[in-house]
Amino acid sequence: MSTIEILFFFLSALAIFSAIMVLVSKNPVHSVLWLIAVFFAISGHYILLNAQFLAIVNMIVYAGAIMVLFLFVIMLMNLNAETEPQKHLWMKLAGVVSGGCFFLVLVSLVRQATDLNGKTALMKEGNIGLIKNLGKALFSDFVVPFEITSVLFLSAMVGAVVIGKKE
Amino acid sequence: MPIQYYIYLCLALFSIGIIGVLTRRNAIIVFMCIELMLNAVNLLLVAFSKMRYAAAVVADQNTSVGVDGQLFVFFIMVVAAAEVSVGLAIIVMMYRNTHSVDINFLNRLKN
Repeated sequence: MSTIEILFFFLSALAIFSAIMVLVSKNPVHSVLWLIAVFFAISGHYILLNAQFLAIVNMIVYAGAIMVLFLFVIMLMNLNAETEPQKHLWMKLAGVVSGGCFFLVLVSLVRQATDLNGKTALMKEGNIGLIKNLGKALFSDFVVPFEITSVLFLSAMVGAVVIGKKE
Repeated sequence: MPIQYYIYLCLALFSIGIIGVLTRRNAIIVFMCIELMLNAVNLLLVAFSKMRYAAAVVADQNTSVGVDGQLFVFFIMVVAAAEVSVGLAIIVMMYRNTHSVDINFLNRLKN
């Protein structure tokens, strides 16, 4: 096995294990920390695919900003593991079975798809993920959506303040 | 790396997110599982963009095929950041009214 394959399988195992631990942890703070581990594993995948800009943005925006927001909210609420209500065991089992069925159906679909045979994702090469090429496309072809996102952020900011302020 | 490996990995992450939404009652954990599903889709978009690039780069060395896929991921991240700020504000408001983040309280939004 080459180094890339070893890294791929290691990062995949880390991502899936951390994602399962997000669900299993009783303490919400531990869930947030495991979710940060998932995001770092996904950033590692982006670096393997040579999408360097997205790797850094994923680390800064997701693992940095969004997860800190989650942590602040959880710590403001002072949630404890004992106070969290649990779903009925049968409801949990039904959720796991339906999610597993979804997974199995889509995996069998992908296994049958002959179009995907021989298609490979280019690893560690290619320059489309570099910030130079992404910036050129972002400010020429995608400039209208880029400006609209600023309006979206403004409305989200106003909405968060209006919802969050005391009566 | 064959594209099927990436599809399987992202399907696993997405299914774990679905199972989390279906089995937990803490609204914040449910919200985090939605973020997990968004990230699975992001990873798959980047993998497909590199797949298209690998097919196109053989003919043209300076091709820019696949840039749009990575920009979609960028816009998904932007939308996710806006969504998180509003969603967490709603959860904080709900906690202030009911002193709980149990999603079963959400079946009576009035009052």
